[in-house]
Amino acid sequence: MTYRKADVSSLRMLRKARDRIDRDYCEEIAIAALASDAGYSREHFIRAFRAAYGDTPGRYRTRRRVERARELLRSANLTVTEICHLVGFTSVGTFTSRFSELTGMSPTRYRAEAAARGGPAPIPGCFVLMWETGLPDVAASPAAAGGQDRTSGEAGDPAGGVASGA
Amino acid sequence: MINGIDIVSVWVLDQDSAKEFYTEKLGFELTTDIKLDNGMRWLTVQPPGNTGQHFLLMDPSHSMLDEQTAATVRGLVAKGALSPGVMATSDCRGDYEELVKRGVEFTQPPAERPYGIEAILRDDSGNWFSFTERKQQW
Repeated sequence: MTYRKADVSSLRMLRKARDRIDRDYCEEIAIAALASDAGYSREHFIRAFRAAYGDTPGRYRTRRRVERARELLRSANLTVTEICHLVGFTSVGTFTSRFSELTGMSPTRYRAEAAARGGPAPIPGCFVLMWETGLPDVAASPAAAGGQDRTSGEAGDPAGGVASGA
Repeated sequence: MINGIDIVSVWVLDQDSAKEFYTEKLGFELTTDIKLDNGMRWLTVQPPGNTGQHFLLMDPSHSMLDEQTAATVRGLVAKGALSPGVMATSDCRGDYEELVKRGVEFTQPPAERPYGIEAILRDDSGNWFSFTERKQQW
């Protein structure tokens, strides 16, 4: 993939938005607010974000939250409900289903298996984080336009996050 | 026998801005800033304390890369896909507080890890670094 000069400044704005999701993953930042900070309309932002990172901002935030949950399940002495709320989900049902979708097992089972496996891998956690939160194969993801931005049941996007247009 | 790493190349989007970021915000020392005959600007910095380890802050547009490749690299840096490595600190939490005050962006605050305390830092171009205070046995 080649980038034009103009792309670099938009990619920079998209990256700043993604950094904000990474940093403030449990806060209720509306996608529209991230979009306007990056200089985009909401719909255009969702499309551009997806084109750059292979996932919509709402889905990206879900993955970030689930990734944080995985770490807490491995390392912290907290209940699944506590972890669910700590990472920004408002409903345990939604948390469990998103977690299972992305991890292939429920949070409870994940914790049991992680405990059985023993200690953490001896590599910097940030690299694990970068693998777990991104970057999926952009080319393999469905066309950007009109993508569903599934965040319903989570904090941060009261509108439900379905991209309009296209 | 190979006994160290002297220079690590870091792609940056704007050398003036990178120079300011690394020296004024991160507190690195400027070690070289010269323009070579071929148009390349050789800009190096090192962490304070004369470690002998340098970052070469390179502009893809004025390097050995062809124009198209340079544009691709610039895009990858801007979107935050590249990481040159791990910065070592003796006080991750203290440095984090200080650097945040100076306007340095972190995507993750300091957290306990098996190997030490780690935060994740962005440079002004978009490169990310682990920012780690290692435990001795690691």
